[in-house]
This record gives sequence, structure tokens and C-alpha cells, in this order.
Amino acid sequence: MGTIVLKDVQKRFGDVTIIPNANLAIKNGEFVVFVGPSGCGKSTLLRLIAGLEDVSGGEIIIDGSDAAQLPPAKRGLSMVFQSYALYPHMSVRNNIAFGLKMAGMPKPEIEAKVAKAAQTLNLTDYLDRKPRQLSGGQRQRVAIGRAIVRQPKAFLFDEPLSNLDAALRVQMRLEIMQLHQTLGATMIYVTHDQVEAMTMADRIVVLNKGNVEQVGSPLELYNNPDSLFVAGFIGSPKMNFVSGEVAGQYQAQTIGVRPEHIALSSQSGAWEGTIALAEHLGADTFLHIDTKVGGRLTVRAAGEYDQGPGAKIWLTPEKNRIHRFDQNGRAIKNAA
Amino acid sequence: MARAVSLRRRTIATAAAWLIGFLIFFPILWTIITSFKTELEAFSTPPKFLFFEWTTENYGIVQERSNYLRFVSNSLILSIGSTLVALLFAIPAAWAMAFAPGKRTKDLLMWMLSTKMMPPVGALIPVYLIFRDMGLLDSRGGLIAVLFLLNLPIIVWMLYTYFKEIPPEILEAARMDGASLWKELVYVLAPMAVPGIASTLLLNIILAWNEAFWTLNLTTSAAAPLTAFIASYSSPEGLFWAKLSAASTMAIAPILVLGWFAQKQLVRGLTFGAVK
Ligand SMILES: Nc1ncnc2c1ncn2[C@@H]1O[C@H](COP(=O)(O)OP(=O)(O)OP(=O)(O)O)[C@@H](O)[C@H]1O
Ligand SMILES: [Mg+2]
Repeated sequence: MGTIVLKDVQKRFGDVTIIPNANLAIKNGEFVVFVGPSGCGKSTLLRLIAGLEDVSGGEIIIDGSDAAQLPPAKRGLSMVFQSYALYPHMSVRNNIAFGLKMAGMPKPEIEAKVAKAAQTLNLTDYLDRKPRQLSGGQRQRVAIGRAIVRQPKAFLFDEPLSNLDAALRVQMRLEIMQLHQTLGATMIYVTHDQVEAMTMADRIVVLNKGNVEQVGSPLELYNNPDSLFVAGFIGSPKMNFVSGEVAGQYQAQTIGVRPEHIALSSQSGAWEGTIALAEHLGADTFLHIDTKVGGRLTVRAAGEYDQGPGAKIWLTPEKNRIHRFDQNGRAIKNAA
Repeated sequence: MARAVSLRRRTIATAAAWLIGFLIFFPILWTIITSFKTELEAFSTPPKFLFFEWTTENYGIVQERSNYLRFVSNSLILSIGSTLVALLFAIPAAWAMAFAPGKRTKDLLMWMLSTKMMPPVGALIPVYLIFRDMGLLDSRGGLIAVLFLLNLPIIVWMLYTYFKEIPPEILEAARMDGASLWKELVYVLAPMAVPGIASTLLLNIILAWNEAFWTLNLTTSAAAPLTAFIASYSSPEGLFWAKLSAASTMAIAPILVLGWFAQKQLVRGLTFGAVK
């Protein structure tokens, strides 16, 4: 089992409040991703759950009982750090076995478990090496191996892939998703990579200045953001925001349209503009267009787009894909 | 041509390094040479460098006059004893400062170091009186306490700088893996810090071995280490250069040998962890 419930969790460092009041319920076996801008408190919240930081207030309920005052060892959670944090003086074997040794497990049992974890993670040939003799990807696997052997109630990952190159990151992402399916364990995963958040998560938790801004499945957040903040944060490239007269037509302070929800035409449309820049990605082209209504807007065109910078162009937002926001940045539901 | 220039440069640099090394070593070399002269030749002008009557009689006389081994054993007990006691206090202190710093940790470190800035003679009278009243004069225990407190700030500082190099996440990983504080110290921190702890140990044994002010002032015979042994040859009856040199050579020999074997650790220790 691995349910984790945060109840009015607060964290202050001295006089500075980092987490004002966090509430969250994570179900057993769920893959939850924390996202948010740098410094918003993702790592802090994860470390509070781990027990590496003390809460300033509130409860952290793991499997039904409050663990907020328990030391990390007693919470039954595993953590994978961004810097891997392997024990440099121990072999891969001993790195993986350390937690089991601390738990006082008999030797033959430890050996069997280490062998099994090593096999799962393709580390069998490296068991006798020291961490410094491994590549970045292999080190990350050892860190994951160290986390899985103890069969924790939940896994905590703090940006585990951000030190890897792009290709390896994709591969490890799939491996972690595979692992989640195989183990069926609860996982909390901190990242600021859009793709990781959208593809891996059962639910995404968007944090803003230590507050839980919105919680939902990736597509819920994509389709129905509660606020300007979430709308701007989820999705890549960013959602376009237009305020002023045009927004007024939609009875809103600000309207938002995603780059993929705007149709282009060289003859006619709702908004007139001029192409300023074109980014060709092969499968898509991102056009940055200067418009009279809302400054520079980004539009995604499928495939290769034949018009280049300087060309006149017309934009038409998809009507039922327009997001409306009031003057407080909250979404106005039942969009036109 | 570039090659030739760099070769010449290298030659000059090497020569300069040897020259500086020789200059620094010269007093020690001169002491050793003098120890093999007669008292008369030790005084002669111009000084004789190599061509004199080599004799070992000074060593015989020194050995006869004073019990060298007793001084050596006192030096060993005082230097090693005080360093070990200091480590016992310094490792937890440095751990706390490096991995669980408070608001005033930096100030505390500076304050500890500032105690080394006071001239020791300023504390001599009170310490002497305390020692006299507590019956600690000329006792090894009392001297170990003084040397331990004397070097504690430096030991804490050295360990602190070494511990600072260790990423805290590694200790946190151990905590997540279920290690108690004690096991975290023994199985994770200590093995990673072995080079640092070793060089701290060595450097402080040497510092304690060479410490002369307190050892001379607080001992007479029973607890007197090698510094007192040397000093006994510059007596009011006159200076005996050759015998003094012989005594000095005998006093520094053990530490010289130790230093030779521990060169690598010592360099690390003296650079306070700046070189990895
Ligand atoms: N030990 C600490 N003492 C004081 N302030 C801290 C401490 N740890 C973190 N903070 C502050 O708390 C805030 C949140 O930090 P945190 O590391 O949780 O951010 P994050 O969301 O993980 O950012 P990133 O994406 O850059 O990793 C930051 O403003 C940081 O300066
Ligand atoms: Mg972080």
C-alpha cells in the first residue's frame, strides 16, 4: 500500500514561508508529477514527504497514520536524487544492498534481491564496479535499483533525469514508466520538463509559490486550466494570451488560445498579422506572428509551412478552444 | 623554438625549486652535520662543512646523560593522545557544522579560530596556577588536556572543510536507506572522509609533537617530552652546540620519518582540502 495524504502542510525557513498550506491526496499506485517554475517549492514539498525536512505545521499521512514526526527511515519511502547520491566508496552491489543491510536482512536474501534488481535494470555486469566507473545513465539505474530493492510504499523522484542527455532521457523515461507498471507502486515525480509531466503522470500537481494551484490528469489541465498560471505553464509552446478589446468581445479580461488551436489563412480570418519568425521542426512549423490585436502570437502549423517572414497572414482561433479568464486570472467556465 | 623555451623555463623552475627546498632544509641539515662534530669544531670559524673529524661521541653522551626513550614515549603519548581525544570531539562537531548548520555556525567557526590569535603567554599564569592547585603540573593527563584544547579549533576547521566537500544528498540517501545517525557516521561519512581524517590526524600529531611553549612550562621531568629534552642542552652552564644538535636530531628523527611516509596526506592536510 502507498497512500499519501498532505493535510495543511506548512514549511517555513526562518521567517520565509515556502509552503503556506498544502493539501493533497495521492492514491495507492498513482503516478503523480509535481511541476512548477524554479523555486516554487517542488523539492521542498518532496523532501517534507520524505522526512528530510521537518514540517512547520500540518500532517503527512502515509497509509492512514500521521508520519510528519517520523524520521525518514521509518516512513518506508525511497528517494532518487537528481545528483544520484550514490555511495562513492561502495561497489554497485553494496550501494544497492545498503538499505537491506540497514534493515538487518539475512545475507542470502539480500543477495537474491540485489541480483533481481540488477537484472531488472541491466546492471548485472556492473555489480562489482564503483560508481565513478559508470556512465550517467548507469549511475541513475543504480540509484533506482537502490530505491526498488527495499520495496517501499512509494517512490520519490527529484528531477532524476535532468543530468542526462536528451536521448538517454527519453529511454530512462520509458524505463521508469515500465517500472511503474510492473511494480504498481505509488510514485511522486518532480520535474520541470513538460514532456515528462504530460507523458508520465496519472495526475499532475501544479505548484505556484508553494501553493497547489491545480491538480488533475494531464489532459484535464491541458483542456480546462483553472487559472492563467496553469494555462501558461502546461503545454508547449505556451498558450497565447490576448487581453483588451478582443477579450472584451468574449466577456473576459484575458483570453487564451493554444498555438495548435489557431487556423491560418493567407486570404481571410479573424485577426490580421505578419509572420516575424518561423521555426521549422520538420513535423511542425512554429510561426511567430505579429498581430494588431494581441502583439506577437505563436501558431503551430502542421508540416512544412510555405510562407516565410514578412508574409501577411490571417489567424482564426477555434471557437470552442478559447479559454477565458477574469481580472484575477481565474478561468471563466462554460466558455463560449 | 617554443619547445626549447619551455624546456629552458622548466629547467630554471626546477633549479629554483631545488634551491628553495635546499634553503628550507639547510638548518636541519646543518643541525645534523653539527651533531657529528666535536664541541670545539662546532664553534670554529670559518664553519667546517664536510671536512672535519666525524664523531658519534655526542650521541653517546646525550644518551648517557638523559633517558632518551622516556622523552620519546612522553612525546608519543602526548601527541597521539591529545589528537585522538580531539578527534573524538571534533568529528561530531564538524559533522553538525557542515551538515546541520545553524544561523551562527559561521560565527562560531570564526570565534574558535580567533582563540588561536591570542598569544599563549597571556594565559600562562592562570593556567599555571590552575595546574598547580589541581596537582596537574608535570602530569601527562594535564598536558594532554592542554594540547587537545590547543589544537581543537584547527582540527574542527580542517574536518569541517573536508566534510563540506561531501554532497549532503549522500548522507540523506543513507537516511532514506534506513541508516541511524550512528550508522550514517560510521558507514557513510567516515569512509568518505578517511583521507581528510587521516591528514588531520597526521598534521596534528606533528603540531603536538613540536609544541614547545606549554610542554616546557608545565613539565619538569615525569611528563617531559622531547622539546624539554632539547631545551635541557641550552642550560645556564653554557651552550653545547654539538650536543644540542645531537639531541635535536634525535628529537626530530621520529617525526621526520613519519612525515616522509605520510607526505601525500600531509600535503592534502596543509592545503586544507583545496587540492582534491
Ligand atoms: N534550507 C533552506 N533554507 C532556506 N531556504 C530554502 C532552503 N531550501 C530551499 N529554500 C528556498 O525554498 C524555495 C523553494 O525551493 P525548492 O528547492 O523547493 O524549489 P524547486 O521548486 O525545487 O526549484 P527547482 O526547480 O529550481 O529545483 C526557494 O526559494 C529556496 O530558496
Ligand atoms: Mg528542486
